[in-house]
Parts: sequence; C-alpha cells; structure tokens
Amino acid sequence: MANPENLQYTKEHEWVLVAGDVATVGITQYAADALGEIVYVDLPKPGSSTSYMKICGEIESTKSVGELYAPMDGEVIESNSALGNAPEAINQDPYGAGWLIKIKYTQLPELLTAAEYAALTGEK
Amino acid sequence: MLTTPLNEEHVSLGATFTDFGGWNMPVRYGSDLDEHHAVRKSAGLFDISHMGELRVVGPEATKFLDSILVSDISKLSIGQAKYTIICSKDGGIIDDLIVYKMDTEDYLIVANASNRHAVLVAMQDMADYGFKVDIFDETEDWALVAIQGPKAKDILGKLVDTDLSQLKYYSIAKANLAGVPVLLARTGYTGEDGFEIYIPVLESASIWRKLLAAGGDDLLPCGLAARDTLRLEAGMPLYGHELDRTLTPFEANLGRIVAFDKGEFNSKTELLKVSGQKLETKLFGLRGEGKRAARADYEIFLPGGETSIGKITSGVLSPTLGYPIAMAYLKADLDLTPGSKLEADVRGTRVPYEIVKLPFYKAER
Repeated sequence: MANPENLQYTKEHEWVLVAGDVATVGITQYAADALGEIVYVDLPKPGSSTSYMKICGEIESTKSVGELYAPMDGEVIESNSALGNAPEAINQDPYGAGWLIKIKYTQLPELLTAAEYAALTGEK
Repeated sequence: MLTTPLNEEHVSLGATFTDFGGWNMPVRYGSDLDEHHAVRKSAGLFDISHMGELRVVGPEATKFLDSILVSDISKLSIGQAKYTIICSKDGGIIDDLIVYKMDTEDYLIVANASNRHAVLVAMQDMADYGFKVDIFDETEDWALVAIQGPKAKDILGKLVDTDLSQLKYYSIAKANLAGVPVLLARTGYTGEDGFEIYIPVLESASIWRKLLAAGGDDLLPCGLAARDTLRLEAGMPLYGHELDRTLTPFEANLGRIVAFDKGEFNSKTELLKVSGQKLETKLFGLRGEGKRAARADYEIFLPGGETSIGKITSGVLSPTLGYPIAMAYLKADLDLTPGSKLEADVRGTRVPYEIVKLPFYKAER
C-alpha cells in the first residue's frame, strides 16, 4: 500500500496533512491493517489541547487497542464524528474518510516523508 | 515456527498471520468482521490444523482414558464424540479435549495446539502404570479444516458421498470428500452448525480449494480473529483464558462433565473435595453498554466498589449482538445472578456491566 506523497508521517504510524496552521491527522494504512477491523474510536474533544507524543485517543479493533499519539502541540478544533457510527472507514479509507482529528498547532515537529515512513515499515 | 499444510493457500489468499501455540496461523484474510458475519449468516472455512491429534489404541484404551479423563468414556458408542477435560492429580485443568470413539478400542483425541505436549506427557505417565495401550501423536499427519455456519451442510454436501443429515451433532464418520477418504465430524467452535474435517496432509490443499469453489460467495475463508469472537459469543472457553492449571472444572462451570460415578480416575479425590466445598471464584458471563469493550485482564468491581471482585478472561465488542460481552472469574460468594450490576475498569474509566446467562448467542437450529 503506497503512502501518499503529499502527507507527512510519524513513527507512531500517523499521517499528517498540514494546511496553514491546521494539521489533519489520521493513522496509516499500515497501522489500520495491523490493528484489524476497527470497531470503536475514542477521540479528543474539540477544544482540548494536545502535547507532542502524548496519548490523546484510542482506536479499538476486535482484537486490540491502539493508542493515538498527538503528533504535535496544539488544540483540537475538530474530530471526525462520522467515525462514531462508521469506524470501519479507518480501515477502508485511512487517508480520506478515515481521518481522525484536526489540530490547530502551535509548533510543528519534524515529521517523516512518505519514503522515510515506508523505510520504517519495511516497505519498498 | 510450525506451519500448517495449508500455509501456501493462506499466503495466496493474502492472509495476515500470527504465532498461535507455536504455529504460524492466519488471523484474517480480509475483514475479520465480515468473516465473523459469514459464519453466522452463511458459512466460513477455517484451517485449524494446529490442533493436536492424538490417537489412543489398544485393548485397554477405554479403561486407560477413563483413568485420566473426567468423563465416562465407557459410555461412548462408536462414532460418538465427547467434550471432556484432562486434569492433573491435583484437579487442575491440563486441557479441554474432544474425544472421538473411532472403533471399539480406538480413540482420536483433539487437544489445543499449545497443550499437545502436556497432554501427551500426562497420558504417557499414566500409561506407564501398565495399561495395554499405545499413544500416537498424529498431529502432523492430518490437516484439519472446519466448515461452519448455516450453509456449511449444503456446501459440504456437494462434495461428499454420504448423507450429512445422518451425521448427528457430536459424531464422526469416515467419508469420501471429492474422492479423498476423510474423517467427518459434526463439531465446531463457533456456536453454529458445522463440520470438522480430518484430511490426509497431501490432499489437503486441493480439498481446501474445492471447498472454497463449492461454497462460492456463500463461503469465506476465516482466520483466528473471527474464530475467537465466534467462540466467545457462543460462551465457549479458550484454554489460557477461561481454563488453566490453577482452575478445576467446577470454577469453569464444567462440573457437569465430571463423572464421579464411573470408578477411579487420577483427579477424583481432589475434584470430589472441590465439588463439596464453596468455590472461591466462578466463571460468569457479562454484558456491557455502548461500544467500548473491556478486555482480558481488566478488573471488575461492584458499583462504586474499591476492591476488585475479579478479572475478565475474554472480552470483545460482540459483532453479532452489537454490545460488549465478556467472561470473567468473579468471587463466588456475592450472590451474583443475571441482572446484577457491575463495573469494569477500562483503562482508568469505570464502565457499567451486568451479569448475563451464558451463552451470549445461540443459533437457531
């Protein structure tokens, strides 16, 4: 599965799309596949603040619980409420309908390119 | 790591794999929820070749098994299957097993992959007391495939030369499947009607493909993830979760399968003692609310309680029922009955659960 070139990535298998001072965050196809069928997400509420690499949510599959690490400092301005009834969108379209949160960031850390992330997950 | 004779099939179907009991097993092929629902509504095909097949034969095979298993094996007729337990002398559960009576003094015993050697050792130790019996490990001679679900019988019926309606639940018979001699058992671990098929290794890949072809859109290959959610809905225990060496059949609600009236057996003295005492803990079924499932090892409390009353052994958001379900060992002296309110600690948050009767799900037959 190709990781979109226009996105940036974290070592915790999240993708980040930066537009102005807002970053949209999701988990990668690799992470979604590893978790299995996602059945429940617990996302931070709009208005809550995030700290770099602190846990800010949970993603549960039938088999396991994955933690969502905030990829940056900032404030959550929106979380994907459509996932409440259709968390499987994360498996089906992790880079689109399966997005998780939008963060108005205060500081942008160093992120991985698609190629660097692919190297991390052992993909060619 | 061991691989089953069907490993190549799983690879070509794009399966995700995991280590289970020392075997490299498919977890899922696509969506484990689709696989789960296929078994409830249509049919699913599982490779369970990791299960241990032990053969016990000899003039004293029945007497031998009666000395080491908790059930009355002498009551089985040829072709009959029985769910039973092997305990150590102290009453602790070594494994849960299915025993198939193949012939007068010939039994096929199916053990969990991770316990195969422990069961073999326990049996050999007992056989050393002078029983006229031979014990063989046939695990790697057989591929074992399960076809489960309401359409399993019709799909399998297309390929066998026998009338499947004659094969009763919990029985086994020889049959020809697409021309290959197999053992066909009407058993399973999903709570649905279905069959477990013992296939000679060399023929197993071709049979696997023929079954998938015969099933078409009605049959999905299913991995261990679906197998686990299916068995949990059906209230079936999994060794290492609901059963282990520190528990006797009585804590696990399996006291009914212990046959004290059959004569002596290795664990009789200890099990009699346990059956006459008040239990400290007992296995219960629990259901939750919403979508957030408490999982294995999470602690259970009385509402507002500060001291844990026990732990979950298996827990999941039930794909069929849509709410969280769990099995848990809880203190036995609290008068817990269906409807009793409890709380589970889900990673720091208390969420409501209540006691329900097992199984959580029962198929219409």
